[in-house]
Amino acid sequence: MGESLDGVKGKRVVFVTVGTTRFDALVKVVDSQEVKDELLRRGYTNLLIQMGRGSYLPTKSTGDDGSLAVDYFTFSSSIVEHLKSASLVISHAGSGSIFETMRFGKPLIVVVNEDLMDNHQSELAEELAERKHLYCARPPTLHLTIASMDLKSLVPYSPGDATPVAKLINRFLGFPED
Amino acid sequence: MEKNISCSFSDLSSNLGISCFIAFITIILVRVIYVIYRTGKPLSKRSPQALSTLIVLGSGGHTAEMINLLLVLQKDRFTPRFFIAAATDNMSIQKARVLESSWADSSGVKGISAEFMQIYRSREVGQSYITSVWTTLVAMVHALWLMIKIRPQVVLCNGPGTCFPLCVIAFIFKVIGIRWSSIFYVESIARVKRLSLSGLLLYKLRIADQFFVQWPQLHRKYPRAHYVGCLM
Repeated sequence: MGESLDGVKGKRVVFVTVGTTRFDALVKVVDSQEVKDELLRRGYTNLLIQMGRGSYLPTKSTGDDGSLAVDYFTFSSSIVEHLKSASLVISHAGSGSIFETMRFGKPLIVVVNEDLMDNHQSELAEELAERKHLYCARPPTLHLTIASMDLKSLVPYSPGDATPVAKLINRFLGFPED
Repeated sequence: MEKNISCSFSDLSSNLGISCFIAFITIILVRVIYVIYRTGKPLSKRSPQALSTLIVLGSGGHTAEMINLLLVLQKDRFTPRFFIAAATDNMSIQKARVLESSWADSSGVKGISAEFMQIYRSREVGQSYITSVWTTLVAMVHALWLMIKIRPQVVLCNGPGTCFPLCVIAFIFKVIGIRWSSIFYVESIARVKRLSLSGLLLYKLRIADQFFVQWPQLHRKYPRAHYVGCLM
């Protein structure tokens, strides 16, 4: 019927998100044959793109012919469900998207938007990549990152803690220690 | 003879005017030096008395990070709460309203005791620097108006451009004696190697009472900051 002999073919979704920004370069490259072929080769079956304020429209595909199934939308009130059901997340370098994805323990490739002026976003992406919490890529080299990535080598990110700051603030203001 | 008297009278009044002016400037300078000296010195132990708090929100990750911090602060110590976001940033106000409603729900309090305000932006992303001079002045006047209404005892901010005029005005209020406030600045987690412009200014001008950074690289560069690790 379309199912392999050894059981039901599992769905492995790649979720792409640009947050509240416009990042046509990422949407375009993710929709390119090179990247889609690489994703198929790495065992992914579906590509879902949250394209935000961008103007480039990807090509939808049902994937019935064995190619990657592609779908897209602009915004949703919460991408939590999409993050939870993804096997791989490719995101712009916004700190909100990055930390939300890492909170769910999903493998993450962060793509820095080179068209942004004063690109302070790249500092965070590069630092987290150095600490092996995610992969960092640029649109032209994304397919290479996908080809060579070893998701098992990624180190899970332990969530931070804001209580040290609260303690210091309370102490400064003269409030009694809890 | 009369001419001499009138000449010396106008001399006297202009001398008096100049002396007053010099005295005024001196008082202001002494006061500024005193405020800078007292800035960063912890307040004396207090009985649990709530402090009015101004919380500055910002687009992008700023509001998410601020909410993350607010969740670990005791609500009854930091009240009443005033949230300020940029005029074009409705999402941040929305997020703050949701937070306050959930707090009101869980504590069974009817209605919300927080206030939400929006402030004109000094400069939109990509705006030319020439027109920015005018919009920054408008933003400062608007900031002054809001600050006079709020007169907070605590200011919490984490980097958006909107926080700079508000912190400067809080500092001026300290100098003039309108309200002494404690200004806390937490640099965003996205700033690993370089401070944001707001952060750099508040650090160098010693306007923040306590300045927090989340990465060791920034702590090395700016030793007067407190290194608190990643908050997210």
